[in-house]
Amino acid sequence: MIIELGHVSLILALLVSIVQVALPLFSAFRPNISWIILAKPASLAQFLMVGFAFFSLTHAYVTSDFSVLNVVQNSHSAKPLVYRITGVWANHEGSMLLWVLILAAFGFVVSIFGNNLPTVLKARVLSIQAAIALGFYLFILFTSNPFIRVQPAPANGNGMNPLLQDPGVALHPPLLYLGYVGLSVAFSFAIAALIEGRVDAVWARWVRPWIIIAWMCLTIGIGLGSWWAYYELGWGGFWFWDPVENASFMPWLVGTALIHSNSVLEKRNALKAWTVLLAIVAFSFSLLGTFLVRSGVLTSVHAFAIDPERGIFILILLIFIVGGSLILFAFRANMLKSASLFQPISREGGLLLNNLLMATGATVVLVGTLYPLFIDAISFGEEKVSVGAPFFNAVFIPLMSPMVFAMSVGPFLAWKRGDIMHVFQVLSVAGIISIIVALGFWHWKLEEGPWGGVGIGLGVWLILGTLIELFERTKLFRVAFSEVVRRFFHLPRSSFGMTLGHLGLAFLIIGISGAGTWKVESIQTMAPGHSVTVSGYKFLFQGGTTGVRENYKFTQGRFIVTEHGKLISILKPEKRYYPVRATTTTEASIHTMLSGDLYAVIGEEKNDGAFVTRLYFNPLVVWIWIGVLTMAFGAIVSLTDRKYRIGVPTQRIFKRTHGSQVGAKEV
Amino acid sequence: MKRKYKRLYFVAIGLVLLGLATGLILNALEENIVLFLSPSQVVETPPPSSKKFRLGGVVERGSIIKGENAQVEFRVSDGTTSILVIYKGILPDLFREKQGVVADGKMVDRIFQADEILAKHDENYMPPEVAETIKKMGQWKGQE
Repeated sequence: MIIELGHVSLILALLVSIVQVALPLFSAFRPNISWIILAKPASLAQFLMVGFAFFSLTHAYVTSDFSVLNVVQNSHSAKPLVYRITGVWANHEGSMLLWVLILAAFGFVVSIFGNNLPTVLKARVLSIQAAIALGFYLFILFTSNPFIRVQPAPANGNGMNPLLQDPGVALHPPLLYLGYVGLSVAFSFAIAALIEGRVDAVWARWVRPWIIIAWMCLTIGIGLGSWWAYYELGWGGFWFWDPVENASFMPWLVGTALIHSNSVLEKRNALKAWTVLLAIVAFSFSLLGTFLVRSGVLTSVHAFAIDPERGIFILILLIFIVGGSLILFAFRANMLKSASLFQPISREGGLLLNNLLMATGATVVLVGTLYPLFIDAISFGEEKVSVGAPFFNAVFIPLMSPMVFAMSVGPFLAWKRGDIMHVFQVLSVAGIISIIVALGFWHWKLEEGPWGGVGIGLGVWLILGTLIELFERTKLFRVAFSEVVRRFFHLPRSSFGMTLGHLGLAFLIIGISGAGTWKVESIQTMAPGHSVTVSGYKFLFQGGTTGVRENYKFTQGRFIVTEHGKLISILKPEKRYYPVRATTTTEASIHTMLSGDLYAVIGEEKNDGAFVTRLYFNPLVVWIWIGVLTMAFGAIVSLTDRKYRIGVPTQRIFKRTHGSQVGAKEV
Repeated sequence: MKRKYKRLYFVAIGLVLLGLATGLILNALEENIVLFLSPSQVVETPPPSSKKFRLGGVVERGSIIKGENAQVEFRVSDGTTSILVIYKGILPDLFREKQGVVADGKMVDRIFQADEILAKHDENYMPPEVAETIKKMGQWKGQE
């Protein structure tokens, strides 16, 4: 019964969204305040209805209601409760329901927190949010309905892919979706701005928190996905340039560009059209990501919905939303004249350089991701190619390295006109240290080539540049220490956000350089009592034991790892067998240190108690995730900046820029 | 600088970047693109031994031989032709007889030396290329 109520509830949400789209649009022609203020209760209603629909599906999962097809296909009564809950979004239908739930939640949050927005703009933003939601409600109800019953109900379900029964991957889709869907708010603001033909510094400040929230969730979501791949797939790799990884990476790149261009807009009232375009493109990439994952058009480890009907539906939605917004942009962009142009050597010049590089980077990833599709199409399916890590590494890394170089310089430049010679003077010591570090690592790992050293040198350059910039601001060593402390605590939080974001990227670069170039791997058959030394660590194999847990059987190997006779760790990798799906998974055992990870995997057993084993030393790999968390923390710090709390879009600025519509402000 | 020239300056940087990216892309595509071939295609037009490619098909029944030191041999078939593959390492969890498989590597003396056997996440999932090969073999059992 509850499941039918959920179904009805979703249909009602669809109807509400139609009303929410239509009324503000009509009222643009015939101003009617009661139509406009309807947007707020409508977004609340949508949120409650989708929320109930989601609850009803979750209820079916938790109670293992096998009369619901979706539950039968993806769950099993022997599954632990937590994975019965996460199983709701570990499949196509449920994850789309989560998508619209998050979309409705964002709409609702905009409607309650956007009190300082002019009522008309807010109604338009909510109307565009509802239009996106409308498309996805239709998609769910017509192609991916999770509320379908089966008759007769089977006694039990098919279970859930054991690889997905993991805490990391349970949180990965919700966070990624929070990021994808969060960008929809920036998109809606951009479209509303285009409709009104007006973008300014006040607008920039309104959208900024939404961009930062979305970017933060996307950052953590991508980081979690990569961490999961690292420990769960048993390959010791952290990024595969898989099409679906790329699909989440492209909105991240554009979102990063958007954060930077938005601050130019906020501070200098420039880059208007460009910022609006980035907001549109960022969300378009989110939709493209959803399309690539859900349509199964690309060879990908994630493509679990190979269903052309769904692909075509999302493609139409994609063309409609992206095409429509770009056409609107083409007609309206000329109204968004920037107030000022600027010097190339200045803060805004540096931010624009970031934008150009980020946009180029996103283009490269897009080309590489879609190229196999393109070849397949022009050869009528005769020729199949794949574009993998070597391509992306060869193109993306050389393009991004200059940006990392520039990232230390940019923050020193003043707005309007910077003095680059002065900056180089300040950074000369940092430059020398970085070069020494790079050469040192190159020399130390001579046979592995120079690139690891270059990467670490760049990371050190960025750390030093970022820290020196912070010291400059607090006038460290130049004024009394108490004054330094006072200055430190009076810096705007958003500038700390920048500092942490840049430091996070530096850590990430160091982690990637280490793990990407100096990984040591050893594959062999080991009998109990055998030992292998990997990168100075001695792995002594003690044999395997078997056992049964919750919903799987396991074989566990035991390694004692020592360095110069000193115990470092005991590693217990497992091979797990899940009878419900008749599948095996590999559980790596990892000992994490700041200098690198010890990583052990066991394969199948030979007849004499020996096992195939795979042992790694992954240098510096943990810095990747330290970097990700630092970046996300930077975003949080930035969000606490007081400029968002004091409701800066004041009536005064508002009057000056928006003239006639003051009367429509929220009462 | 005049307003117009300042804008030109940024347009120029943008164009240089795009040009650079295009150059890098074309260069990298030529070197790093990986063709996907079925065993029949490999036999008809053997790729040079220096060229890496992806071999896809079905693991032939009874062909898996596990040797010393984690070395594995098996044959990949597309129904008409099969090719011997040698791989050293831990096989993906879903590697089985009569299952679709994709291997990365190159041909050395008519044997495919694989550096990687691609992991599949799910028994329902099959790379579209392999699915197509199997369909051509007439052994497709899944949904159309």
